[in-house]
Amino acid sequence: MSDSNLPSEHHESPEGTWWIWKVFIILLVVTTVEVVLGIIKPEALMAQALGTSILNIIFIVLTLFKAYYIVAEFMHLKFERKNFMWTIGLPMLILIPYLTFIILAEGGYMNQFQ
Amino acid sequence: MANEATVDQQGSLWGGKRQPFGVSYGKMMMWFFLLSDALSFSGFLTAMGLYRFKYEDTWPVAENVFTHFPFLHGDWPLLFVALMTFILILSSVTMVMAVNAGHHMNRKGVIFWLGLTIIGGFFFLGSQAWEWYHFITGDKGAIQLESNEVMYLSDMDGKIVTLHELVEGKPGVHGEHYHFSTEEVRTAFKNNQDITLRNPGKTAETKERAEALALMAKAEVLQGARLKENEYGNVLFADFFFFVTGFHGTHVFSGVILNIIVFINVIMGTYEKRGHYEMIEKVGLYWHFVDLVWVFVFTFFYLV
Repeated sequence: MSDSNLPSEHHESPEGTWWIWKVFIILLVVTTVEVVLGIIKPEALMAQALGTSILNIIFIVLTLFKAYYIVAEFMHLKFERKNFMWTIGLPMLILIPYLTFIILAEGGYMNQFQ
Repeated sequence: MANEATVDQQGSLWGGKRQPFGVSYGKMMMWFFLLSDALSFSGFLTAMGLYRFKYEDTWPVAENVFTHFPFLHGDWPLLFVALMTFILILSSVTMVMAVNAGHHMNRKGVIFWLGLTIIGGFFFLGSQAWEWYHFITGDKGAIQLESNEVMYLSDMDGKIVTLHELVEGKPGVHGEHYHFSTEEVRTAFKNNQDITLRNPGKTAETKERAEALALMAKAEVLQGARLKENEYGNVLFADFFFFVTGFHGTHVFSGVILNIIVFINVIMGTYEKRGHYEMIEKVGLYWHFVDLVWVFVFTFFYLV
């Protein structure tokens, strides 16, 4: 237990709770947009781009947008010291675009060789 | 342990007499654990993404699969899972409120918000159990060909026809489950000239009636989904559904357990005595991570 007796250095987040509700509204609105797009699937967005449909690219971008808000605000990473923020953030910043690229670029290749 | 003794003498600073990165040991290890856990989930989702491309023709379209909503009849694609997402986001918000109350040493506030978070966690788990139940029992029903390939029944334009519609001539009550024998379905198929078989994937190709009739002679009825058969289409879809949402659900479950343990500690005044509520923050990190993973599962399972 000794390790946890002293808390982490305190970094100020904004006063009050308004910022929490702001993030909540953002997440709610983005999710609603995703669900509506997912139900109507607009014909105009079904065109192919970057190995998948434009709609799917929009979904991926919106997902990363939501992920940023959860990690930065809710998990407070934005308010940690810069070096810690990059320690956690950098591996993900490298991994996510890499995996996205692999799936979109190589996925079509897998389909050709059943 | 020698290490621990040093730590104690330093009044709980780390061995090097300071906190690396200005973060306590427990909090940093929670972050590193989450980072490694993120890699596990990336592995699952990447595998799913690649197989989805590989079996594009037989991969089910999510809106044909997840259509139930409690107490409502008819098709409601995506709506239930949107509700689950909403519940999880909301419980994330109450968790931030609990952490916030902890920073102000507000014990009552922590109890209130953490309690709500636990309730939200149970609601999510319940929803997931409900979703699994319907997924496993099956919805429209399908046909498994001799080659093990799964086909939907459809009209000539590719609009899906349920087993109930074929056999009884009218749609069943949505959300109720009916079982049909292969014999019944074959006979009804023979007698019904406007029915054919279609591909479960997004291309929705239909077979010629004559070809479908020949295939039906050796095909079996398939209802529900398990690890080795899946009425919705490619069997890997069911496997990934069970593993990815199951792995996530296990995380939610252990998150709820952690929340309950910490909740009891708060009530007993453990953190009041310790002088700070950082434990809420650590458990909170885990809880937000569970929400974060769901954001990805939601996109790559239900939307894309």
